[in-house]
Amino acid sequence: MSPRRKLVEVRNLKLYFPIYGGLLRRQVGSVKAVDDVSFDIYEGETLGIVGESGCGKSTCGRAVLRLYDATAGSITIDGENIADLPPETLRKKRPSMQMVFQDPQASLNPRMTVAGIIGEPLDEHTDWDRKKKLERIYELMDAVGLNRDFAHRYPHAFSGGQRQRIGIARALALNPRFIVCDEPIAALDVSIQAQVVNLLEELQDQFGLTYMFISHDLSMVRHIADRVAVMYLGKIVELAPVVDLYDHPAHPYTEALLSAVPEPDPSAERRKDRIVLTGDVPSPANPPQGCNFCTRCPRVMDICRQIEPETREILPGHFVACHLHNQDKTTGRTGGAQAEHTQNQIQQGEDA
Amino acid sequence: MPDGATPVLDVRNLKTVFRTRAGEIHAVNTVSFDLKPGELLGVVGESGSGKSVTMMSLLGLLPSPPAEVRDGQVLLGDRDLLTMDEESLRLVRGREIGFVFQDPMTSLNPVFTVGFQLMEPLRVHLGMTKAQARDRAVELLELVGIPDARRRLKDYPHQFSGGMRQRVMIAIALACDPKVLIADEPTTALDVTIQAQILELVKELRQKLGMAIIWITHDLGVIAGIADRVMVMYGGQVVEQGPVREVFGNPAHPYTRALLRTMPKLHGEREDKLRVIEGQPPILARQPSACPFMARCVHAFDRCSQENPLRREIGDRHDVACHWDHRGATA
Repeated sequence: MSPRRKLVEVRNLKLYFPIYGGLLRRQVGSVKAVDDVSFDIYEGETLGIVGESGCGKSTCGRAVLRLYDATAGSITIDGENIADLPPETLRKKRPSMQMVFQDPQASLNPRMTVAGIIGEPLDEHTDWDRKKKLERIYELMDAVGLNRDFAHRYPHAFSGGQRQRIGIARALALNPRFIVCDEPIAALDVSIQAQVVNLLEELQDQFGLTYMFISHDLSMVRHIADRVAVMYLGKIVELAPVVDLYDHPAHPYTEALLSAVPEPDPSAERRKDRIVLTGDVPSPANPPQGCNFCTRCPRVMDICRQIEPETREILPGHFVACHLHNQDKTTGRTGGAQAEHTQNQIQQGEDA
Repeated sequence: MPDGATPVLDVRNLKTVFRTRAGEIHAVNTVSFDLKPGELLGVVGESGSGKSVTMMSLLGLLPSPPAEVRDGQVLLGDRDLLTMDEESLRLVRGREIGFVFQDPMTSLNPVFTVGFQLMEPLRVHLGMTKAQARDRAVELLELVGIPDARRRLKDYPHQFSGGMRQRVMIAIALACDPKVLIADEPTTALDVTIQAQILELVKELRQKLGMAIIWITHDLGVIAGIADRVMVMYGGQVVEQGPVREVFGNPAHPYTRALLRTMPKLHGEREDKLRVIEGQPPILARQPSACPFMARCVHAFDRCSQENPLRREIGDRHDVACHWDHRGATA
C-alpha cells in the first residue's frame, strides 16, 4: 500500500458537558462524553466507530466537525486545526466536511421540497444562478439514485431509505472530502440498509470520499470499515484494522461486544460461548476509578480499579487500552484470551 | 418439542384492515399459525409487514375504528378470542396471555411505582391481598434478576435503566403465570450487551416456567439464537414458516433467501458488495390478488401477478407461500 495521507488527525479530544446544580446553579460536575480521544483518519478510508448508546460515539463525530466546541484537544482536518478557528473561517471550511444524520425523518425540513433541501448548501456557499443550482441538484439526485421527477415533492412522500438518500445528496452537494455518517442506517429496515450502505460505498469510490462511520451495528461496520475504533464510556478502548479487530479482539470489552451480537445462523448461535456482561454502563458523569470498564470486566484485576490503562500499540496499527496488555505481550493477544474464557457465563447479581 | 400436542393458541385466517380516508389498508391478510405448549415461535418481518398488528388483533388491542378484524378465529384452548366480549377478553389479557412491548421507556406508567404496577395484575386477576401481592412481586423481580428487589418496589420507572425496565416489563407479563407470552420487539431498543442479558434471561425462564412464547423481531440473529420455529411475514402475509434450522438452512421463499443474504456476517469472508433486495416494501392498499413480494422478487413469473400464492407444505412442518420452486436453485 502506498504511504497514505492523514486527512483527519484528532489529538486528546475532550468534550465535557457541564452539570449545573444547587441554589445558585453553579457547575457541580460534568458529563465526560468524550474523554481524551486520539485517532487519525486516512484519506479515502472508512473509520468505523462502534459502541453502545451513551458511549460518546455520536458526540465524538459531532465534535470532529465542530458541531460542538471541544473542551480540549485538537482536530486537524487537511492540515488545519479547526478546534479554534474563528466562526467565519470555519464557515468557509464547512463545504469540505459534511454529515449524514441518523434519523432521516427528523433531519429533513418537512416544509422544504427535495430540491430545496439538497440545494440549501448551494444557496449558502455558492453564488450560482437558479439554473446552475437545479442542474447540480439533478446531478446529485442521479448520483444517489433518486428519480429527478420527484425533485419538487416533500420529504413525507418518501420512504425511510429514500429520505436517507436525500440526506446523502445534501451532504454531497458541496463536493466534500470528509463525511461523518452518524448511524445512517439505524432507522432503516434490514432490506433497505444494504441498499444505503452500497450507495455510500459506491459514492466513496466515485468521489474519493473519506468516511467516519458511526454505528452500533457491528456486522455492518465490519463490512464497510477499513479500521474500527471501539468506544466505551467516552474513551477509545481499542482501535485496529477491521480484520484484526474482529478476528483477534484484544480488549475484553470488544470481545464481549462481539460475542453479544446474535448471528443469523442457528447452529453457530447454539454453539457460541457467549460472554454475558453483567450490569449496565456506568454514568459518564461519575465514571469508575481506574479503568472505565472495571465494573463489568470479566477479567478485572486489582490494578484496573486503581490505575487507568494507557493506550498501547500491541501490533502495528492495533491499539488497545487495557492492563492485560501491559507487560506480557504474548499472553495478551491470542492464546491467553481464549483459554481463560471457558467460564464465560458470569452471572452474579447486577448493579442497577 | 412435543410435536403432536394440541396448540395453546391457534390462529386461523386472521384478517385485519384499517379504514382510512384513502381507502382500506390490508394490514393482516389471512394469517394462520399455531403455538404449541412450551414452544418459542419467532416472527420476523420488516416494518409494515403486519407482525405487530397480527398480535394486537388477536388480543383486541387495536383501536376500532380505524382497525377492523374482519375475519378469522383465534382459539385459546376452545374459546375464540375474537367473539369474546370486552370484559372476558380483559380477563384473558395479562392473566392467560402476557404481553411485553417494544419500548420499555413508554410502556411503564411514570407516575406509579414499579411495585404498584407489578402488584396491580396480581390483585385484579388473582384477587391477592396487598401483602400477598407484594411478596409475589418481590419473587418476580428476583426471577428476572433485579437485585435488592424488595427495596426497588418503591422506585419509579425513571430510576431504572433501559435493560432493567425491560426486565420489569417481563416480570409484569409473567405476574399471573400466563400460558402464552407475546413479546413484541422486546430487545430492539436495547444495546447488544443488554440484549444478550435479556435473551439469556428468557432462555432461563422458559426452562423454569415452560410457557409458550411468541417473539416478534426484525433481527434474524435473535431468532436463530432462541426460537424453535420461525414465521416470516411480508406484506401482511405469512410467506414462510418452519423449524428454525430448516428455514435458515434451507430457505424456500425468495424473500427469506434474500433477507438471509443481505445481512453482513460477523465472521468469514467480507463481501465486496452487500446483496440487496431492490425496491421498496409494498403498499397494502389493494386487496392482494398478486403475490406481495412480486415487484422485488428475482424469480417472479407470470403466475405471480395473477394469483396470490397459498401456503404449501414443502417439508416437515415447513411451508412456503410461493409459486416458484426453490429446489436446486442457487440464487
